[in-house]
Amino acid sequence: MEDILNLRYALDTFYFLVMGAFVMWMAAGFTMLEAGLVRAKNTTEILTKNVALYAIACVMYMLVGYNLMYPGEAVNSFWPGLGFLLGSDHDPASVLSTSGADWYDGTYYSGRSDFFFQVVFVATAMSIVSGAVAERMKLWPFLVFCVVLTGFIYPIQGFWKWGGGFLDGLGFSDFAGSGVVHLTGATAALAGVILVGARKGKYRKDGKINALPGANLPLATLGTFILWMGWFGFNGGSELVVSNVGEANAVAAVFVNTNAAAAGGVVAALLAAKFILGRADLTMVLNGALAGLVAITAEPLTPSPLAATLIGAVGGAIVVLSVLGLDRLKIDDPVGAISVHGTVGIWGLLVVPVTNADAALSSQLIGAGVIFGFVFLASIATWGIIRGIGGLRVTEEDEYRGVDVAECGLEAYPEFTSGTK
Amino acid sequence: MKLVTAIIKPFRLDDVRDALARIGIQGMTVTEVKGFGRQKGHTELYRGAEYVVDFLPKVKLEVAISEELVDQALEAISDAAKTGKIGDGKIFVYGIEQVIRIRTGETGPDAL
Repeated sequence: MEDILNLRYALDTFYFLVMGAFVMWMAAGFTMLEAGLVRAKNTTEILTKNVALYAIACVMYMLVGYNLMYPGEAVNSFWPGLGFLLGSDHDPASVLSTSGADWYDGTYYSGRSDFFFQVVFVATAMSIVSGAVAERMKLWPFLVFCVVLTGFIYPIQGFWKWGGGFLDGLGFSDFAGSGVVHLTGATAALAGVILVGARKGKYRKDGKINALPGANLPLATLGTFILWMGWFGFNGGSELVVSNVGEANAVAAVFVNTNAAAAGGVVAALLAAKFILGRADLTMVLNGALAGLVAITAEPLTPSPLAATLIGAVGGAIVVLSVLGLDRLKIDDPVGAISVHGTVGIWGLLVVPVTNADAALSSQLIGAGVIFGFVFLASIATWGIIRGIGGLRVTEEDEYRGVDVAECGLEAYPEFTSGTK
Repeated sequence: MKLVTAIIKPFRLDDVRDALARIGIQGMTVTEVKGFGRQKGHTELYRGAEYVVDFLPKVKLEVAISEELVDQALEAISDAAKTGKIGDGKIFVYGIEQVIRIRTGETGPDAL
């Protein structure tokens, strides 16, 4: 029996670690996607932001975030209590003393692997923000916000659901994080975009919207495919177990549904763009794939593959409308992050009860509302304080020169840009 | 000595170069430029925002040649660059005051 338990523990730990590595790879996906959709003169800054935010997330979550989100003993269901650093992993002897029948109720995988899997999720949430505020935000204020989101804002709302807090108690359902990760990131992004303002020249006084095309669509496409593949870890790993027949089947279902939703999102975005705009805009199609993935993330297990495809497709259609709509509202989002992760994140949460009988629309609405409300207020306050101290936005002249030269002193494409446009 | 400057469609460049070589002109300078005359631009669509691309990519070709070859050169360039469709371009002829070959110090027609 002990051999079997050893093997289960090892397999589930290994699975968790590999899935976590897939989600880490999504950091590369976001980086390439964003790099491709900003202009050449602003590319170095977004690359720097993405590498730095990943690192800051890892440090802050280890220092304080993880214990806020998963306290051993919470103070109450609203406030987890502060804890710092990571404790030691499970003692093999005490793990193996669990009886076989109760195995999955106990500690069935490494504690460190749990941290590893969770830390890459924080980084994902934070990376949603960098695209939305691109091309006009200063680098260091962004990184300061990063410290606050990854150390405190994300963990607290994460505690309310995944850490066993009051949202979990209300029956709010969010399998892999349409709300906890994607809506959170999008809401923080929205707050940032509102306070930093639109890019110069994006919206004309007569109401016309100007195009500011991205510099590298191959990178944007590569980034999307990387995210698509990484998402198998994001959703697949969130099943948390693979080491028995039932769970292995569940993981397989999650992989299939995740893929199907992305595919549905692509097709829907293709058709929506063609129908509404007259052309199949590649950047809308890329957003469509990601929208499908976000839409299924709240519940990738219970739908059938066909239902997953449709859920993703609705996400793909929504995202096209949302991108166009936010532009009408003069909310300038160069990569569509708020639409992909926010608008569709909410759709993902609300559609869960359709296939999952344990969820209810009312608790999904409460969850979405609480997450949005808390993250928005906390983010607006944080961005506002940062703006008051040192400002968020580069000067108009620096924006025209490009933030690569102005903030980073380094051009991304030195032979092809002149630093002025 | 004359400087013949031709603005042509980029894909005609190879044919123009060959045509000039056939009449004995070996050297030239080429720049990538943007411009428009009567040829209108086109509109592109990016995430729902329409934008007009007025300036079309062209190639500017500059050759310094002696007086006697100018007419042949003009004919060679025109024939090779012409497609018959709008946007074929224009040729300008300027007088040159002085020419110097940097390597040898030759001046005037010897430097062409």
